[in-house]
Amino acid sequence: MPGGRVPGTRRRIDPAVLWAFGCIVLVLLVGSVYSSSFLSPQYLLQQLKVASFLGVIATGAMLVILLGQIDLSVPWVVAAGGMMATAATGWGPLGELFAIPVGIACGVALGLVSGVGVAFLRIPSMVVTLAMNAVAQGLMIVHTGGFSPQDSSSRAMRVMATGDTVLGIPNAVLVWVAVGAAAVFLLTRTTFGRTVYAIGNRERAAYLSGARTRVVVMAAFALSGGLSALGGVLLAGYASKAAQAMGDAYLLPAIAAVVLGGTSILGGRGSYLGTVAGVILITLLQSILSVMQMPEFGRHVTYGVVIIAMLLIYGRGRRSSD
Amino acid sequence: MNGDGTYWLREHKGTLLAFAAFLVMFTIYATNHSAGLDANVATTAANKGALLAIIAMAQTFVVLTSGIDLSVGAVMVLANCLASWIVVGSPLMTALGVIGVLLVGCLCGAINALIVIFGRLQPIVTTIATGAVFYGAALALRPVPGGDVNTALADALTGQLPGGVPASLSLLLAVVVVVWLPFRRSVIGRAAYAVGSSEVAAYMSGVPIRRAKFVAYTLSGLLASMAGLFVTFITYTGEASAANASTYTLYSIAAVVLGGVSLFGGSGSAVGAIFGAFMFRTIGDLLFVFNVEPLWQPLFQGLVLSVAVCLGAARLLRVRNRLDLYG
Repeated sequence: MPGGRVPGTRRRIDPAVLWAFGCIVLVLLVGSVYSSSFLSPQYLLQQLKVASFLGVIATGAMLVILLGQIDLSVPWVVAAGGMMATAATGWGPLGELFAIPVGIACGVALGLVSGVGVAFLRIPSMVVTLAMNAVAQGLMIVHTGGFSPQDSSSRAMRVMATGDTVLGIPNAVLVWVAVGAAAVFLLTRTTFGRTVYAIGNRERAAYLSGARTRVVVMAAFALSGGLSALGGVLLAGYASKAAQAMGDAYLLPAIAAVVLGGTSILGGRGSYLGTVAGVILITLLQSILSVMQMPEFGRHVTYGVVIIAMLLIYGRGRRSSD
Repeated sequence: MNGDGTYWLREHKGTLLAFAAFLVMFTIYATNHSAGLDANVATTAANKGALLAIIAMAQTFVVLTSGIDLSVGAVMVLANCLASWIVVGSPLMTALGVIGVLLVGCLCGAINALIVIFGRLQPIVTTIATGAVFYGAALALRPVPGGDVNTALADALTGQLPGGVPASLSLLLAVVVVVWLPFRRSVIGRAAYAVGSSEVAAYMSGVPIRRAKFVAYTLSGLLASMAGLFVTFITYTGEASAANASTYTLYSIAAVVLGGVSLFGGSGSAVGAIFGAFMFRTIGDLLFVFNVEPLWQPLFQGLVLSVAVCLGAARLLRVRNRLDLYG
């Protein structure tokens, strides 16, 4: 196994990350040909703001992918986070105060259940999270249909997603920076993070080394759920209301962003810097395709082709003869 | 019981369990249906079941090689949109159209296969990306829902055979006999199972890994396009629906798991996946029969799926050495 690469900046930077940043520059250059405003600070900050929603969700996806697992419950956990936060806003002043924590707590709870299924019942994560997605969907449909809760977001949520406080930097970007800093610290400086990498490389070895693998796996899924829900809270604040299908557009881009950033889908290898690059790349790509006024079908095709092409350049696996 | 019998039983345990569970659920459904089980009720149920069963079979081929195909839904939608253009007109035109749609399905599967085999990308990422491409192609064909289909053929395949047997079931049987059984019994089929159990061991034993994967992905594309054709026959139109694509992809995984096919590869069968699909459909029908409020149906469906999935954890009770739990 060539794995076991120590995360962090002390070692040389993963070539995949360099490729991803190189592609970002390329996309920006191509974009500036089409429109001179493509390189303006306002436009770039706006893109960064849009990217921060995906960035928060992709952080959770990355944690789980580093374990060698996958979280398919993103769509409805995102929706649950947004919808429960707006619902809490309707409960009165106290509810409005706790709207954001309530939304995140719902995501953590859903993620925790998935985590128990994966860590203790040893069911493949793809199936567990798929089932959780269905359960979350069912819960939200009952919730909206049966109780017709408020769906407009609280002031705090709107400020967090659309406002800007310091030096004109959007608050959403600050949230992403905070989440990112916490993720980097967690992954590189704590036992938890090291265990995540160890499990991704070989769970059996991690277990034999005395790591509390099951607790770590469970916690990683809970964190992933919480981050998805936080993404949902941000999205609800951005659109000033929560909707049922709001998370659908985030599952595949989140996974694509993590993988484009050089994280192995088999787990155990990858850095947060790469995920940042992947998220920005995906966001810029989607933006430039709409700036170029490409018809919708062309956007889907280009999006898919670019992902395949980039991975063929630097994301290839080993031969079975190796 | 002789040794062969025990082995056969162990190999087909998943399939047999899925069959038994479906039988129980369907009996409850049929005996509690207010109108009783007449031919029309059976035909409607069979059509919905057959569609999911075909797409679940498509997923099975790839899952057996320990891969996953997240583009089956997109291929289905693409085939649906293409069929709404070319499966029309005279019988000859229609026949050519059907062949064309199936060829496009094979092509989609082959593209996935080539990227996975020669590009050495992980199946899950590959099919996410190619799924976007296939969906884009579908959108190019049908920016807005519309189109037509040869209604005579559509009605024949979604209707009833003489004697009240749903035609879709005979179609499903034909697919099993023409596609699945030859695959299962061929060297390539054995190779696909071998690749799924252990790619390294298969390689060391000189198993044709590449050919096995290529055939598995291509057949998956073929069956996904059949499902697309069937959608066209049911709805009479083509629609590039993103919701359909993602829903059917996720349902196909659920059906495969319920049908006793291991997501780790190398065990299970498409016949199991068919009963898994039927089970998944019957859950919804059961909720309808027992007058569960429509509002609560998605939640119950999710809970039943979770419980079914958790039954897979029963193997924990048999594990003697804890290390066996960790791969």
